[in-house]
Amino acid sequence: MKIRQLSLFLENRPGQLRFPCKVLGDAGIDILTMSLADTAQFGILRLVVKEWQRAREVLEAAGVVVNVTEVLAVDVPDRPGGLAGVLEAFEKAGVGVEYMYAFASRERGRHATLLFRLEDPDRAAKLLEAAGVKLVPSDELFARSGA
Amino acid sequence: MTTQWNDAPGGFHPASAPDFLPRRELARLQLGRLQSVVARAYARVPLFRGRMEERGLSPADVRSLEDLARLPFTVKTDLRDTYPFGLFASPMEEVVRLHASSGTTGKPIVVAYTEADLRVWTSVMVRTFAACGLHRGDVIQNAYGYGLFTGGLGAHYGGEALGATVIPISGGNTERQLMVLQDFRVTAICCTPSYMLHLVERAREAGISFERLQVGVFGAEPWSEEMRRHIEATAGIRAHDIYGLSEIIGPGVGIECQRREGLHLFEDHFFPEIIDPETGDVLPDGAEGELVLTTLSKEAMPMIRYRTRDITALLPEPCACGRTIRRIRRIGRRSDDMLIVRGVNVFPSQIEAALLAVEGTLPHYQLVLTREHGLDEMEVQVEVTPEVFSDTIGAMEGLRRRLEAAIDHVVGIRAKVTLVAPRTLARSEGKAKRVSDRRNIQGGVS
Repeated sequence: MKIRQLSLFLENRPGQLRFPCKVLGDAGIDILTMSLADTAQFGILRLVVKEWQRAREVLEAAGVVVNVTEVLAVDVPDRPGGLAGVLEAFEKAGVGVEYMYAFASRERGRHATLLFRLEDPDRAAKLLEAAGVKLVPSDELFARSGA
Repeated sequence: MTTQWNDAPGGFHPASAPDFLPRRELARLQLGRLQSVVARAYARVPLFRGRMEERGLSPADVRSLEDLARLPFTVKTDLRDTYPFGLFASPMEEVVRLHASSGTTGKPIVVAYTEADLRVWTSVMVRTFAACGLHRGDVIQNAYGYGLFTGGLGAHYGGEALGATVIPISGGNTERQLMVLQDFRVTAICCTPSYMLHLVERAREAGISFERLQVGVFGAEPWSEEMRRHIEATAGIRAHDIYGLSEIIGPGVGIECQRREGLHLFEDHFFPEIIDPETGDVLPDGAEGELVLTTLSKEAMPMIRYRTRDITALLPEPCACGRTIRRIRRIGRRSDDMLIVRGVNVFPSQIEAALLAVEGTLPHYQLVLTREHGLDEMEVQVEVTPEVFSDTIGAMEGLRRRLEAAIDHVVGIRAKVTLVAPRTLARSEGKAKRVSDRRNIQGGVS
């Protein structure tokens, strides 16, 4: 159920975001989705790719600090109140959200797919499934994005 | 466990005999040599003779080792002021080698050796390696720079005279260093501690482990005990601190034996004193102060009471290794490394210790000093490592705050910690540049 996410440390200065993207591009690795968290001093780029091990290798070889974490992909009904409903299930299950961002799905119109970084992904996955939240397995996620 | 007086499994190296002389015999040897070197410098070095005469002293006034305290000091600027050859006590026909150290300001200093000086240098380097437990059969990768810097050739001839295999790879070219380390069955390496750190990092990235490497002989820059533990743990070696300076001879002035509880000084050739850096008074053993060294046997360039600027103490207790030559405490700082930030004395080694105390693995750092509206600001730039990197902003800000708190705790001032990407700080292949002082102290005068 869990999706591997790569997090990259970036300094806040011009060219820092482009560099890892170029490294991945040169290696022929497609970025499926990403999100950038930033502070005044530094940023953390989180991204999902299909070949996460190879992506990690090429990034580390290029001198980038990479951290691998697990995130959960959740389908959210594409209608007003859809996300609120899912988050209500999270709340009832007692699952805390560290951060979340959207997955670029090609199934627009029916539902949106969001990636959630949760405190304890294994425990959260069990609780959420029990609460009726639909988790998207990684192979299905990659298939949807055409990867 | 009983203490063996022969450190090396291959047996005691004959060159190490002076390390174990009875103290009285050593003192007699030292006094005889001191009297000759003072007479030589007085007769041949006008600067020294002039300073002796100003004090109404002649070489005959040196009747005991205690009389050394009456003689004038020599300081680094004396070497610059007499550039290039003004302190030589031998004619050029007898000088067989010159080295020079690039001063950070102005002219370099030039040092000279006669054949006898080179023999002494080689012998103290043999004793250095023997004290580290090295012997015939060891393979030494000498990654100190060859050239005008004394490190490369000093370690080179010492290693060869020991009977070890020396690889004169010199500094730099990390890829080749790693290949040689692996392929040439290297058992010992000589380089600066900051370069060793760099090698360890690059080896880890390349998936290389140092299977045969057992000993590291690291020097030419101050490094902390925390840094030693980090290097030993990551490289799986025993790390020895080596001490030396070109003005005295180069590497081979002092070395940690296998106990690594202070550095033995080869005091049959280099006589140590500890002084109060303010008053110049000689301090008793155990007291912290500036190390002053007198070369007892140098011909081409005798140094009488040379102020090293290194802050240490002579350890009063004899070492359990059996060596009778005295030890100094590891040098964590130099008096001219000291920064004064908002009136507080700050040494880069304190910052290093604070950083390594948090999470354990943030050894690459640089201090940047600026002055804004008359107030000093200290920024500590720290490279992020995979071990401490987290995907959440909260965890990274927490790390930054813990580092700031550790510096505040150790040094006593607030510093701004900035996390920077790996390898953004300059990597040294020689000495690490830890400080960038951008304060324009003279700026406000006009």
